[in-house]
Amino acid sequence: MAADPTNHMEPVATPFFFYLLGGLMLIGGVLVITRKNPVHSALALIVTLLAQASIYLMLYAPFVAGVQIILYAGGIMVLFLFVIMLVSIERSQRERQFNKQWVVGMVAATALGGLFIAVYTKGRGIFPEHALPAVEAQNTQNVGTLLYGQYMFAFEIASLLLLVAIIGAVVMAKKRI
Amino acid sequence: MDAMLHISTLHYLVLGAALFLLGVIGVLTRRNVVVVLMSIELILNAVNLNLVAFSRYWGGLHGQVFAIFVITDAAAEAAVGLGILIAFFRNKETVNVDEVNLLKW
Repeated sequence: MAADPTNHMEPVATPFFFYLLGGLMLIGGVLVITRKNPVHSALALIVTLLAQASIYLMLYAPFVAGVQIILYAGGIMVLFLFVIMLVSIERSQRERQFNKQWVVGMVAATALGGLFIAVYTKGRGIFPEHALPAVEAQNTQNVGTLLYGQYMFAFEIASLLLLVAIIGAVVMAKKRI
Repeated sequence: MDAMLHISTLHYLVLGAALFLLGVIGVLTRRNVVVVLMSIELILNAVNLNLVAFSRYWGGLHGQVFAIFVITDAAAEAAVGLGILIAFFRNKETVNVDEVNLLKW
């Protein structure tokens, strides 16, 4: 559904790449919640995030994909890896990895999964298949216009939130204030 | 077979739901705080996938802008959460959520 064939290339082999990247995402997610060593969990999470960035590209969202790679895979995951190296993980690796309430947790998660299945099987008429709208030619430019125009106030609030988070993180991690 | 091969918005939503469930299972069952925080990241990513998929479905970029705000929140949450984790580890010498029970009745 490209608006202008000179600006866009139709994605090639969409089902193949969807199942490949979706499978990578889910395998990475399963590894995140099952590995004993948190470093392995973090590396599996990076695989999940990169596969998800590729799925964003398939959905014609290149700016979000770039932000995902730079901020998530590049920033947040490095933060995680640093903190894993700051805290000692030898003791926690020898302990039990799953808590005592894991049966209750699995029951709750299964109930949530059943709810998802019910919603998506019964409610698929709410999202009728229609021809997807044409893609905007300049994604990054339009996202920037929205961010600095219509969402200006939310953008400023987000910067305030980040400032508070920086101060909070420093206060928490500092030994003596 | 046609429903499997033609990738619609619902496929992305189901993928997001599966990722969300994995995150919920991680939050509810793991004992290591670092892995719990990573599971929260999984949940936020599932939400982001839904937002971008709906942005593609309806046209317009509002969903993508919202996804960027969610990523900002995730960064703030990770920074504060890991700061709390470091303070907790300094006091208790453990990263086990079961031992965070000072306020427990």
